[in-house]
Amino acid sequence: MSNVFTRMGDWITERSPGLMPMYRKHLSEYYAPKTFNLWYYFGSLAMLVLVNQIVTGIFLTMNYNPSAAGAFDSVEYIMRDVEWGWLIRYMHSTGASLFFVVVFLHMFRGIMYGSFKKPRELVWLLGMMIYLALMAEAFMGYVLPWGNMSFWGAKVIISLFGTIPVVGGHLVEWIMGDYLPADATLNRFFALHVIALPMVLLLLVVLHLAALHEVGSNNPDGVEIKKGPKGNRWSPLAPADGIPFHPYYTVKDLFGVGVFLMVAAFIIFFAPTLGGWFLEHDNFIRANNLVTPSLIKPSWYFTPFYAIVRMFPAMFGTAVWGVVAMFGSIAVLFALPWFDVGKVKSIRYRGTGYKVALGMWVFAFFGLGAIGTDMTAELIPELFGNVDVTFWENLFGRTMVLIYFGFFVFLWFYTHFGWEKTKPVPERVTTHD
Amino acid sequence: MANEVVDHSRRRFLTAATAVVGGVGIVSAAVPFIKSWEPSARAKAAGAPVTADISKIELGQKVDYAWRGLPVFVVNRTKEQLALLPSLDPRLTDPNSSVDQQPSYIKGVDRSIKPEWLVVVGICTHLGCVPEFVPVIRPESFDPEWKGGFFCPCHKSRYDLSGRVFKGVPAPKNLQVPAYHFVDDTHIQIGVDPQEAG
Repeated sequence: MSNVFTRMGDWITERSPGLMPMYRKHLSEYYAPKTFNLWYYFGSLAMLVLVNQIVTGIFLTMNYNPSAAGAFDSVEYIMRDVEWGWLIRYMHSTGASLFFVVVFLHMFRGIMYGSFKKPRELVWLLGMMIYLALMAEAFMGYVLPWGNMSFWGAKVIISLFGTIPVVGGHLVEWIMGDYLPADATLNRFFALHVIALPMVLLLLVVLHLAALHEVGSNNPDGVEIKKGPKGNRWSPLAPADGIPFHPYYTVKDLFGVGVFLMVAAFIIFFAPTLGGWFLEHDNFIRANNLVTPSLIKPSWYFTPFYAIVRMFPAMFGTAVWGVVAMFGSIAVLFALPWFDVGKVKSIRYRGTGYKVALGMWVFAFFGLGAIGTDMTAELIPELFGNVDVTFWENLFGRTMVLIYFGFFVFLWFYTHFGWEKTKPVPERVTTHD
Repeated sequence: MANEVVDHSRRRFLTAATAVVGGVGIVSAAVPFIKSWEPSARAKAAGAPVTADISKIELGQKVDYAWRGLPVFVVNRTKEQLALLPSLDPRLTDPNSSVDQQPSYIKGVDRSIKPEWLVVVGICTHLGCVPEFVPVIRPESFDPEWKGGFFCPCHKSRYDLSGRVFKGVPAPKNLQVPAYHFVDDTHIQIGVDPQEAG
């Protein structure tokens, strides 16, 4: 009794015997710890947003005109004249911001539960490369509407490379292909944004998942289920505390998708600019190379790093220090597995020092974000009256920079010299039969 | 031909030689792609000199001209503004313009050919924003002892009315003075030195 579908399946399997084993390895027989909590939604949500960005992006390119003369008008054309164009564009712009929301939460989960530690260092490194590619992708996408904030954002970010001694000036011209962001710049950013970087991103996601499925997923307890007892309902060889990713976690993730889409739909339909946070007001003005917006601030997801640039004054005749510190703030994240060498993975069983340090680090990240979005420049006069805003902002910001980098230095001393007083880690995940 | 002995050193040499030749090929092939990002002939041609009529600029006023897509500020400075400049020296990073940000014929506190006419590229030397012209002498939120000058809204760098940068701000250098010369009393040409113009 074989129906047409099973016969079709058999026909394919005969000709491509590798497909079913792949499905089993990554889905139906990928045993993930059964204690995944809320924090474990954000990996699959990031993939959902990636798919959203690719699909909406493809449809946007059908009406977008990548030229300095036509870009701004073509975006307005999409918004006003193309049927449902506004929805596709808002899905793309909201998706970009939500991408960073879920990626930040996903990364924080990894830090908190020690998912970057041995044997998952490569998973972490590939993830950081995704994050780097994502930042490049977001920056270039932000330039494409060619609004005034696109133009000046591009100018400021590209000028970061101009602070590099000797080669900087030429490097900036090389990146822009002109003496200012122009047609050439917009066209190459378009090419990179729609072809080169999405391909890099997809490849990195495949490698990230391949590396993860090789070593297996971590869990909120930070224990290795592969080292625990064997045998579950599905296989005598599988880890006892693992459950098949499909259908158990596909169903769980679908629930997360439902909640996430409700939030996304609310923003898309009722607050697509989110008060200037997701789409900045100055970007609804055409690019003008002679008029700087009165306040240049990058998209919210870049603000903590942007604030780091601002906190460093020029020294020895060059402004390169802030830029070095900004790239350094990403570089230390890459190196996290070698800063935090403590054997205990999860925050649940780690020392008080770790919890305090992590809390301060998160505070510093938000504090720097507040400076980058210029919230502090508005708040300081309101709270303290007529004071030297620059002085207090620098004092606060430099303290936050110190905490940001200090976190990594502290972690190294704390874990390297065994100063951490950890709690006993259970043998198995906390809830099991 | 059935020689069972493998000559490993020969194999290593061939592998290394193939890798080196292949590597040189890849690097050479990359050159055109990297070069294609340089400013094109059209972009370079657009960087031609600009002649500006400055006769209509009132005393104390600033007018912007576009040169190579860069805003060039031309300011008609008053006697009072010029007189204040030396008093700012202690607060500045490079009061004597020793860093190479101007042609050799631009010297002194006024950084100009004719003292009343300031000609600078209006691009902040920090990260390339356009500073605002704030000529009024009065306490400002960004500087309680403000004596007039330029203020960059991006990262709060400050310059005096000669485009000289203040200490303790992110910008490292004074505003750049472009090559320019006076064609006659009411016209300047931006992009050409006086000796080039003859």
